[in-house]
Amino acid sequence: METLWFMIVAVMVAAYVVLDGFDLGAGVIYLAAARTADERKKIMRAIGPVWDGNEVWLLAAGAALYFAFPLLYASSFSGFYLPLMMVLWLLMLRGIGIEFRAHMENPVWQGFFDVVFCVSSALLAIFFGAALGNVVRGVPLGPDGYFFEPLWTNFRVQPNAGILDWYTVLTGVISLVTLTAHGSLYIAVKTEDDLNRRARTAALWAWPLQLLLTIAGLVATIAIRPGVLDNYKQHAVGFAIPLIVFGSLAVMGRTIVKGPNVASDLKKEKIAFVASALYIVGMLVGAAFALYPVVLPSSSDPARNLTIYNTAAGHHGLTVGITWWILGMILASGYFTFLFRMFKGKVRLEGEGY
Amino acid sequence: MDSALLVDRIQFAFTVTFHYLFPQLTMGLALLIVVLKTLALRYNDETYHKAARFWARVFGINFVMGVVTGIPMEFQFGTNWSHFSRFAGGVIGQTLGMEGTFAFFLESSFLGLFLYGEKRLSPRAHWWSAVAVFLGSWLSGFFIVATDAWMQHPVGYAKAADGSAQLTSFWELVLNPWAWWQYAHNMSGAVVTGAIVMASVGAFYVLWGKFEEYGRIFLKVGVTAGLIFSVLQLFPTGDGQGRMIAEYQAPTLSAMEALFTSQPGAPLVILGQPNVPAKKIDNPLVVPEALSFLTYRAWKAQVRGLDAFPESDWPDNVALLYYSYHIMVGLGTLFIAIMLVAAFLAWRGKLFSSRWMLWILMLSLPFPYIANTAGWMTAEIGRQPWLVYGMMRTADGYSKMVSAGNGMFTLLGFLGMYTVLGIFFLFLVRREIEHGPGAEASSGH
Repeated sequence: METLWFMIVAVMVAAYVVLDGFDLGAGVIYLAAARTADERKKIMRAIGPVWDGNEVWLLAAGAALYFAFPLLYASSFSGFYLPLMMVLWLLMLRGIGIEFRAHMENPVWQGFFDVVFCVSSALLAIFFGAALGNVVRGVPLGPDGYFFEPLWTNFRVQPNAGILDWYTVLTGVISLVTLTAHGSLYIAVKTEDDLNRRARTAALWAWPLQLLLTIAGLVATIAIRPGVLDNYKQHAVGFAIPLIVFGSLAVMGRTIVKGPNVASDLKKEKIAFVASALYIVGMLVGAAFALYPVVLPSSSDPARNLTIYNTAAGHHGLTVGITWWILGMILASGYFTFLFRMFKGKVRLEGEGY
Repeated sequence: MDSALLVDRIQFAFTVTFHYLFPQLTMGLALLIVVLKTLALRYNDETYHKAARFWARVFGINFVMGVVTGIPMEFQFGTNWSHFSRFAGGVIGQTLGMEGTFAFFLESSFLGLFLYGEKRLSPRAHWWSAVAVFLGSWLSGFFIVATDAWMQHPVGYAKAADGSAQLTSFWELVLNPWAWWQYAHNMSGAVVTGAIVMASVGAFYVLWGKFEEYGRIFLKVGVTAGLIFSVLQLFPTGDGQGRMIAEYQAPTLSAMEALFTSQPGAPLVILGQPNVPAKKIDNPLVVPEALSFLTYRAWKAQVRGLDAFPESDWPDNVALLYYSYHIMVGLGTLFIAIMLVAAFLAWRGKLFSSRWMLWILMLSLPFPYIANTAGWMTAEIGRQPWLVYGMMRTADGYSKMVSAGNGMFTLLGFLGMYTVLGIFFLFLVRREIEHGPGAEASSGH
């Protein structure tokens, strides 16, 4: 039952990153890709009806984590106190940036909210990557399962490291580049002409970086935590995951329509976007597979690791939860399919909006 | 008092109070927007569609504020109240998890459709999307109230070996009688906010002489809903909530009424200042024996005062609890009076020309917010010194690893952030109201 909930939480986190990832990425390239007022409006309209629903996955994943592994939630949220609070502030600024921009006519204020939207999107992408980095690297857990990490110490990977050390900065950058590519591909699918071209160019720039950083990240992870290979060694099926990761990277490389003069090809753009989503899922599942059954490793003593077994809620609760969770997910996927279908196709500026 | 505990309490109180300014309007408005959309379909009248569209814009701004200020609430269970989460997560994880799974997805996806999709949907499908938004926001309200209700009156759990509470009965948790009374009282309060805001904007338009056609619709819908729900707020929902407190939180009831001494034929204090060290009310204005009657339906009944309980079980801020409760009840009574007069004038066809009444309606806008906030303060201060009533003290629930200095840093951050958000919010809403209904969206993406 604990394993099942571990998978559920992992799937929900992956759904969040794939979905909110593209609107975060759209925010990252927003200032560079959209130059005119109309182009900016188009990006806003491409994510307008969906970003809020995407962000709900974060809340839902958080709630599932709280429900299934209360001690993990208690320990990690209080231990990562400062960065989480900053994530909250960034989420607020970003949401407000998107919404208030739509209600402001004055170009000065629009410009202000444009920058707020772009910067908060980029910082969030980095923070989320660094957070994952922390979970893989481990934290200084005390005997009672709690810890507290400062923002940084001396940037070395060591038992009393801070939230940011060279490794978590690296994972933060990987996340930024990945989501930039992901968002660019989404915008390419949703737009035409200049905007489409610039979005493709952004993806084209991000792709080689993404490849290099993926390899660097893999090497670094194995170097600082050789234990991550244990599960893979025991269950060779796990090696399918890196295959998926690099396979999707290859597909992305082949389908990102090259060059500013090459015509847009919607089919290829769609394949590239799906491959990017698959890459993200592969990376997250790869990390989850390596950690299992640990959910928060201790950086000093493996006996203090938080696992799915010592953090889970009671059995009866978990069993009851499965029932409503399945029902809820069937409903939610219905809404999302309907929503995305209603707003499918390239964004147009006429009509619509509220 | 440990200062980290104090900082955590202030931060949660501040962020949740600010947060609830927005959902109380969106939950109330969601119902009223469904009413406007229904009228629009029924009379096939574009005016009602435009009226609904106007409130949808106001709803949209409030919804975003509610979402961005709501995320910190869920986070703070872990960040600032980790010992509480470890203790209670096995039970209230159910209701919080269900809120995420059932309410948020429903609300957010259909809000996207409702706000952006009117041209892509048939009128009937658009009406359904309004209904879905209404259902989503009211479901969300239920799960949050059910979570709070468990902390007020824990049911359906057993203590596990490690001391934490774990669920034993899902249905007991969901059918907690406290939850249903509190939910009814809370939602009716939200509709009062929505109704008064709608009537207030309507009164403003009629007084202004601009958008009068819409102003009259807003007044009619606002006053009708305001009358119905301000009465429901008193009876049966407020009365039912009060009986729950009398039954399960006896010291809280005594403190709310500032009844220091147990006595037969206890008086009801209307005005007066509790003097807690001297254990008496200064400058009292009382209705003799009324408290006995309201609580036990008997004028001479014995009512327990605070002296019947050990001081360690008293709510730790008796005076603030007493004021919160009295402000809530006082304003609630006032709303009934205003709405009765306004409805009477409307029935006689004189409402739109009674400028004095329009002024009263227009200026009443802030008061439902104060009443709803005071109501929640009554519930939460009343639960003290417990975090989970009878099981966990507030002083045992906070995050001991987070120092007061770090807590202060984020408290100041929230204060600054919310001040800026509040200013932008007021500016935008004022702009929407001045801009008025009728015209198409001023800008928008």
